[in-house]
Amino acid sequence: MEIKVLGPGCARCQQTEKIVREAVAETGVEAQIEKITDTMKIAGYGVFGTPAVVVDGEVKSVGKIPDKEEIKAWLEP
Amino acid sequence: MKERTKLLLIAGVFLAAYYIPWDHALIRQSGLEAFMMLREYAREHVLTCLIPAFFIAGAIAVFVSQGAILKYFGSQASKILSYSVASVSGSILAVCSCTVLPLFAGIYTRGAGIGPATAFLYSGPAINILAITLTAKVLGWQMGLARAIGAVVFAVITGLLMALIFRKDDAARTTGQIYVPDADDGKRTLLQDGMYLLIMVLILIFAAFARPASDATGLWPMIFAYKWYITVVLLSILALMLKAWFTRDECVNWIDSTWGFMKQIFPLLIGGVLVAGFMLGRPGHQALIPEHYVQSLLGGNSLWANLFASVAGALMYFATLTEIPILQGLIGSGMGKGPALALLLAGPALSLPNMLVIGSVMGVRKTATFCSIIVIMSTIAGLIYGSFAG
Repeated sequence: MEIKVLGPGCARCQQTEKIVREAVAETGVEAQIEKITDTMKIAGYGVFGTPAVVVDGEVKSVGKIPDKEEIKAWLEP
Repeated sequence: MKERTKLLLIAGVFLAAYYIPWDHALIRQSGLEAFMMLREYAREHVLTCLIPAFFIAGAIAVFVSQGAILKYFGSQASKILSYSVASVSGSILAVCSCTVLPLFAGIYTRGAGIGPATAFLYSGPAINILAITLTAKVLGWQMGLARAIGAVVFAVITGLLMALIFRKDDAARTTGQIYVPDADDGKRTLLQDGMYLLIMVLILIFAAFARPASDATGLWPMIFAYKWYITVVLLSILALMLKAWFTRDECVNWIDSTWGFMKQIFPLLIGGVLVAGFMLGRPGHQALIPEHYVQSLLGGNSLWANLFASVAGALMYFATLTEIPILQGLIGSGMGKGPALALLLAGPALSLPNMLVIGSVMGVRKTATFCSIIVIMSTIAGLIYGSFAG
């Protein structure tokens, strides 16, 4: 499973990354987490707002810090 | 931070501590000015102006639906709407500068195109509510108003010019799915949200109400005399609204986001005030930089002074709100009103670091055009404002 956290590095984006890592650790799913800070790459996903979370190429949340429970739901196969 | 950067930083601090003649009269005077200016901000501007403005900014970030606004930036949106929304939405969307650049890149590559994207890029940092409020409080309401109007007008003109100059390659943009933040299902009506923000803006206005001239009669002195009563009444209305219309979670989010802004902006502002005080001093007080330098470069309202102010503003990086104490120092040392506005209009939207990011998104040629348009228009606006305000 591949998770990407999109955001240029502001406080909200870092918090999102932290929550995603916690959620992955708690569920024990095999997942690679990548933080994407490059503006053009972020735009390449078509997201209008950061932080955004992309799971296996699918945009899951945009412009907000997701709940941990919400993230765990995305991680289920 | 790299280890080498840290070493250089420590070496720099050491050399400064070693060699700067701290007991020299001028340095002592400058140091005193730095803290006197900080005290002025703490006493005059923090409680009545900045704190309410932070609460408003927090409320906007949490309660105003971003999704509802962002749909006007899609590729299908009507052009007139795109431009008008782009030019004013900075006040709502861009209180945090880190949201501006990704959103700009998104609008440019997938959405409404280069015109609305550059309009938004310019207006975002220039008209956010914190910047306009503090400008009006510290530098006078005329300057605050000129800044707000200038920023909106500039955003539209810049966007239209960019779209006109580069109309051909707009077609080369990629199309594809776009994702906007979810629009919240409104628990309140638009009227309720509007009233709630209006009450907070009124609290800000009355709490920050300036003492009228001593010979003034009529409405203003009366409002001033009763301003704290009015503020308390407004605060109780706000408390009732919160209890009736908002859930506990929403209030917690609101406080969280307000606290986030404070954490982010206060340290920068304190730093900015200290530097401005040390270099330039309060109005009428001498500090490190002699006043005649400022007067000869930026005094009066000549074309040269305005151009110099716009170019310097465009290159320099101002952390959020720090442009205001720096300008206050410059004006106190003899900078003209026109060049001051030119710097305010060119400054916060552009800086060397963010030109590099913009360049990586839309290329060197377009970035250079964008910056030139802003510098030229800021110069002209400075000339016009200077000839009115003197």
